[in-house]
Amino acid sequence: MHPAWSVILFTTLIGVAQGLFVAVYAIDIGARLDLIATPARAFFVTGAALAVAFSALGLLASFWHLGRPERAWRAAAMWRTSWLSREVIVLPAFTASVAAYCFALATDAVWTPSIGLLALVLCLALFVCTGMIYACLKFLQEWASPLTLVNYFLLGCASGFNLATLLASLLAPRFTEPLAVWAVGFTTVALGVRAAMLTRNARLRPRSTIQTAIGIRHPNVQQKAQGSMGGSFNTREFMHGRSRHFLRSVKWTFLVLAFPVPAALVWIGATTDASLVLGCAFVVQYAGLLAERWFFFAQANHPQNLYYQVIS
Amino acid sequence: MTQLALVIDLNVCVGCHACVTSCKEWNTSGVAGFLTDENPYGKDPTGTFFNRVQTYEVGAFPDTETVHFPKSCLHCEDPPCVPVCPTGASYKRKEDGIVLVDYDKCIGCKYCAWACPYGVRELDEKQQVMKKCTLCVDRIYDTAIPEAQRKPACVTACPTNARLYGDVHDEHSEVSIAIRERGGYALMPEWGTAPANHYLPKRRSTCAVADDQVARVDTARVTDAAVPGTLAALIAEAQAAAGAGR
Repeated sequence: MHPAWSVILFTTLIGVAQGLFVAVYAIDIGARLDLIATPARAFFVTGAALAVAFSALGLLASFWHLGRPERAWRAAAMWRTSWLSREVIVLPAFTASVAAYCFALATDAVWTPSIGLLALVLCLALFVCTGMIYACLKFLQEWASPLTLVNYFLLGCASGFNLATLLASLLAPRFTEPLAVWAVGFTTVALGVRAAMLTRNARLRPRSTIQTAIGIRHPNVQQKAQGSMGGSFNTREFMHGRSRHFLRSVKWTFLVLAFPVPAALVWIGATTDASLVLGCAFVVQYAGLLAERWFFFAQANHPQNLYYQVIS
Repeated sequence: MTQLALVIDLNVCVGCHACVTSCKEWNTSGVAGFLTDENPYGKDPTGTFFNRVQTYEVGAFPDTETVHFPKSCLHCEDPPCVPVCPTGASYKRKEDGIVLVDYDKCIGCKYCAWACPYGVRELDEKQQVMKKCTLCVDRIYDTAIPEAQRKPACVTACPTNARLYGDVHDEHSEVSIAIRERGGYALMPEWGTAPANHYLPKRRSTCAVADDQVARVDTARVTDAAVPGTLAALIAEAQAAAGAGR
């Protein structure tokens, strides 16, 4: 597939928003149950506000993906069958509920935990929707796996907890280390899952071949013409047009930038209480996740490409 | 229930692209608006097409066959592109099984194109909506044109009659008989999309002829030559002698 920057930004931005919200809400509930100390209100409010901001930026990026953004409201119609439609409903609902939660925190309302719980449910539903949009396309074999969902969840939490660690170092230093442990934990588990995805995808055997595509059982079938000389939507949308070498470079870039480097930076930043290092940790991990998402799209091999191997 | 479809005979398709041009001509002039062409006379011309003819070579030289392969929407009976559409712009008509896009509802998210394994949906670069073969739905029911022409534009244009059109759910239709009796098959059956369009295989015309069907082996000249004293044997002997003496 041709990686679209709109979707790369969209999925990474809402991932940060979701992870950050989960971190803030977890501490809020822990404090309310007297399991942990209560940090300054500024930590909660800023955290929830940042989650809303990232979520809104993601929403903005998603509009960029559409050919007809002015009709985006129509996308809520087919929630019975389409995971994309479900996401279109859940994302604004999640953003709105986190905004309400932020307001409740700021005003110390009694309904704060309830609206937070609603936001948490929507947050988890959003992870499922985002993952299923890709995992439900069965003939995109690289995506059609539960690992896709788990990967979205873990990477969202890893980057969100990473940002929460930075926030804690600025506003609630007592929580820097516990949050850092969670951020490193999510990052480590996410690396395992991503490695499992890479291993699985490397072993995949395409179910469709040129023989099944045109229905001619002969081991030697070669395309000579694809019906157009200057390319088409089919050659632009479904092919990344990069070399194998480039793809491999991106893979190693994200394997380094999204996992070990930010994990090390988070650990160093938390133990030395250096907010600047924690800031770097988040920026590096986010850059790594952009590469990860680029690779996620580029690696998916659409069966329609079988019909578009040769221009003339 | 009716399921209109095309059956394409690869055995007679000559790859002339008449179906491509007539499709483009009809559908770019219709009520649904033009099919965008970008840079048509430039270096990299591109545009929106419902139908394309591709060419494949099967086998290794000199034992090769050229296969011209027209490809358009297959109007799947279980179309994977329809349930994924978030707006309901993509739909399959109950009355005749045609898969259509409502251009007024489409938001151009391209998700349906991702969900189609055949690559037959194309985003129109100008209108930014998804377009695909309509089976000339604005033509096949038009009572203002002569009944013989109420067929998809590609079907009427084909000079070799490689494109058959009809209801594949009607067992007596021309298309059903062709699929049944001439080895009609569907593309990428592994995904369970049940395409309504079928293809008839390319067949090499061969004729099994044995040697004894070309030259008779049981004439008197051949059988009697083996019996000494017969005229045929004497002639054979004389011919052999003449051959040896020369």
